[in-house]
Amino acid sequence: MTTLLIPMIKRPLHPTGIWNWITTIDHKKIGLLYGATAFINFLIGGIEAILIRAQLSGSNADIITPEVYNQLFTMHGTTMIFLAIMPLSAAFFNYLIPLQIGARDVAFPRLNAFSYWVFLAGTIILHSSWLFGSAPNSGWFSYAPLTSVAYNPGHGMDFWIVGLQVLGIASLAASFNFIVTIINMRAPGMTLMRMPLFTWMTFITAILLVLAFPVITVALIELMFDRSFGTNFFFAPAGADPVLWQHLFWVFGHPEVYILILPAMGIVSEILPTFSKKPLFGYSTVILAGAIIAFMGWLVWSHHMFTVGLGPIPNSVFTITTMAIAIPTGIKIFNWIFTMWKGSITFSTPMLYAIGFIVTFTIGGISGVMHAMSSSDAQQQDTYFVVAHFHYVLFGGAMMGIFGGLYYWFPKFSGRMFSEKLGKVQFFLLFIGQNITFFPMHFVGMDGMPRRIYTYSGEMGWTALNALETSGSILVVISVLLFLHNIVKSWRSGEEAPGDPWDARTLEWSISSPPPEYNFEVIPEVHTVDEWWARKRGLLGEQSPSVGSNEKGEIHLPQPSFWPLVSAIGIFIGGYGLIYSYPVAIVGLVIMMVGVYSWSFEPVNDPD
Amino acid sequence: MAEATASNHESEHQTTTGLNHRKILMWVFLGSDCMFFATLIATYLVYKGKSLSGPMPLDVFSIPVTTVSTFVLLMSSMSMVLAYAALRKGSLKGYRTWILSTVILGSTFLGFQTFEFYEFANHHVHIDCINPVDLTDYEQGLFDKNCKDGVDHYDAQHGLTPKTNLFGTTFFVLTGLHGTHVTIGVIWLMSLFLYSFKKGGVTPERHLDTDLAALYWHFVDVVWIVIFAVVYLFGVFEGFPS
Amino acid sequence: MAMQNINKASDSTKVDTSHSEHPSAVTYFKVAVALCLLTGLEVVVFFFEWLSYGIIPVLAVLSVVKFALVIMFYMHLKYDHRLFSTLFLTGLFLAIGVIFALMALFGWFNAG
Repeated sequence: MTTLLIPMIKRPLHPTGIWNWITTIDHKKIGLLYGATAFINFLIGGIEAILIRAQLSGSNADIITPEVYNQLFTMHGTTMIFLAIMPLSAAFFNYLIPLQIGARDVAFPRLNAFSYWVFLAGTIILHSSWLFGSAPNSGWFSYAPLTSVAYNPGHGMDFWIVGLQVLGIASLAASFNFIVTIINMRAPGMTLMRMPLFTWMTFITAILLVLAFPVITVALIELMFDRSFGTNFFFAPAGADPVLWQHLFWVFGHPEVYILILPAMGIVSEILPTFSKKPLFGYSTVILAGAIIAFMGWLVWSHHMFTVGLGPIPNSVFTITTMAIAIPTGIKIFNWIFTMWKGSITFSTPMLYAIGFIVTFTIGGISGVMHAMSSSDAQQQDTYFVVAHFHYVLFGGAMMGIFGGLYYWFPKFSGRMFSEKLGKVQFFLLFIGQNITFFPMHFVGMDGMPRRIYTYSGEMGWTALNALETSGSILVVISVLLFLHNIVKSWRSGEEAPGDPWDARTLEWSISSPPPEYNFEVIPEVHTVDEWWARKRGLLGEQSPSVGSNEKGEIHLPQPSFWPLVSAIGIFIGGYGLIYSYPVAIVGLVIMMVGVYSWSFEPVNDPD
Repeated sequence: MAEATASNHESEHQTTTGLNHRKILMWVFLGSDCMFFATLIATYLVYKGKSLSGPMPLDVFSIPVTTVSTFVLLMSSMSMVLAYAALRKGSLKGYRTWILSTVILGSTFLGFQTFEFYEFANHHVHIDCINPVDLTDYEQGLFDKNCKDGVDHYDAQHGLTPKTNLFGTTFFVLTGLHGTHVTIGVIWLMSLFLYSFKKGGVTPERHLDTDLAALYWHFVDVVWIVIFAVVYLFGVFEGFPS
Repeated sequence: MAMQNINKASDSTKVDTSHSEHPSAVTYFKVAVALCLLTGLEVVVFFFEWLSYGIIPVLAVLSVVKFALVIMFYMHLKYDHRLFSTLFLTGLFLAIGVIFALMALFGWFNAG
């Protein structure tokens, strides 16, 4: 009687086996699903990268065709950004935010499941373009008019447009959810300025995301209309200015850069204090710096377009704003270094990653300041120098942070300890491998090797350095395989992890590993930053509360549901419909509507 | 009622801010939707006056007609807020009356928009070549080209579609996506109207369901306030940008 | 400590949002009249050709007033928690900023 529509489908109150995962709305399970899917995407993006490196390993190579090469670098960028780094961050958001703020779930558990399934739909749509024989091929920012039907026939661009649009829905839904969760589900006493740093960076990232994604949504709609219905948004013969696409893309694209890096900065800000046995140096400054970076991220987008010919005034303005953004970033780096200063440091694997992050991210930051200057950027634009820069910040920055986070919270996720020895070997392999891969790119870039070039003549003198880069990438591959080995083996047969293996500081470590389904038996009351640390050290005085007292029998968790999945399936079918056949799109829309309606009329809890 | 059971539990609960989750979500969404329409409006403005061929806004817009449809949408906002007020007072009858009025006014607005789109797509130019009066720039061009050698009038269809020129492209996509928002709103409000006939479906205690729909509806209205000023009134004004 | 169930907080419909003094139907009606008059004024101004460029600030002010009336009274921002205004205005101001930045980049404000 509770659902108007489809009352015959019974709610999966106690699902088992695979249905348990399919209908789950537990943020921890969804977090693991996000992590697993995104890591597979990371491997796929890695295979694409290796093929690119293979093609570039020697001069005049033709290991793959130029057509496939274009598809590879487009899909490599798109995969790593939208399908690997963003959802890996989302995996941490999902698993950790409720634990860090002392809640039992997110504000909208079913919306959370919906986000994951829609993300999976977008993943499949984008990867499946390979199977349909036409992967997108115009680079991850797909400048007009290269994306028009005239220059880009076939369905490759349509897959790209629809894929990103679907992923946008997933990211927006997740971000709405986390904003509300962080605003409204904090444990008693946890004021904003007592929140863990990772929670803060998640909050800022989510705000950036809900403001930036609508811009790309509209840009993609415009591009889709141009391709499908013959409109003129980016059609120069009708008087349109294709530079508009560049502006719209980068109005979104630059905040997107901070969407990628801020979560990693949050992770590093959790690891460093734990392994230095000191509070984070300048807690409020690090938060403020993050907020300033997020705000200024809106003022710098045209630095991606210095060579377009915007004129001296825009170039000067964006040079100044871009250089200024180095200030809050530098503040953070100094805060991290001062956190370690005079600390009693344990060099465990997560800590090595955090330190590695600081080193490589700083290198990437410095090369960033170099082409922040529009006059010097004229030399560097579209060369391998830029490729070196953003791999230092995205691989050396975001991915190093994420690897560190994966090690740091692995005991919490799995209830097992990983092999520390393998972890250290893996870190050094990865650290050395990535520097061998990306550092020489600075030199060939300065020497004029263009980005996205299919091959080069031996006379250019780039052969040796390119071969070196490729050999470095093999080291990276080996280290990633080693990581997988370590994780899989430890998950199966690792030593059992205690609740707080690192003597850490935040609330997620106050409960068992892995956490019980309801997270906290009693919702903790928060008195200070680093609450768990303060409790362990008895810093809260007499009132120093313990975590215990069993009220388990009273805890009601939100119940599993089919409808998020059904709605996502509607979007999935609708996505293919938009690419191939509009009637199918309508079928998808109807399925989605059925899902959404049934969801709306399904109460959070049926009495059972 | 399962819902009732659920809400009995809910009343005990305190959120961090004391505010409701769903209402915060709605406001974050509306903030985000501002960026959505901003991008569309920016596209319209960037391309304003850049169309290479007509018809132009001055040729097709009928400000009196659009003023009426604007009036209709503004009135629907009033009836929406009255529906919500009636519900808070516990008058289910008043609620149904006002929410149905909102649905009708919203549908009327969509009707106007359909009519307008149809008119634009079938825009007809009639020029009296002997005694031309009040020609727009576009009509003047047609006059110069076609009114020679004793032709006494010029009659032809010059429809505006999304493909015709930059104005058509930006205008139809912007107002079309606004119309999509209105359509979703109408479906949402219609669902609430029907649900109010189910016992316990719409009650004063569950006013938030209506509150959220109302917020969405008013937002669609304020977006139209901007579109009416920027796209229509200012759109016809040809002096800017120079 | 009161038992705190997650399900209570999720998708809840009943937590009162503490906006006690809602305006009366009369206020809503007055706002509607004001909105109509302002729209009428916009259209009248539109036909004043002698205003020339002056139409821009006039239209801007009139629309902003209409916009403000709706969000303050019909959307209750005037009576509700400030958080709601903050969340919405963040998006709104950024949106306005992006529109003006793009106009500037496409030469709207260039002299001559």
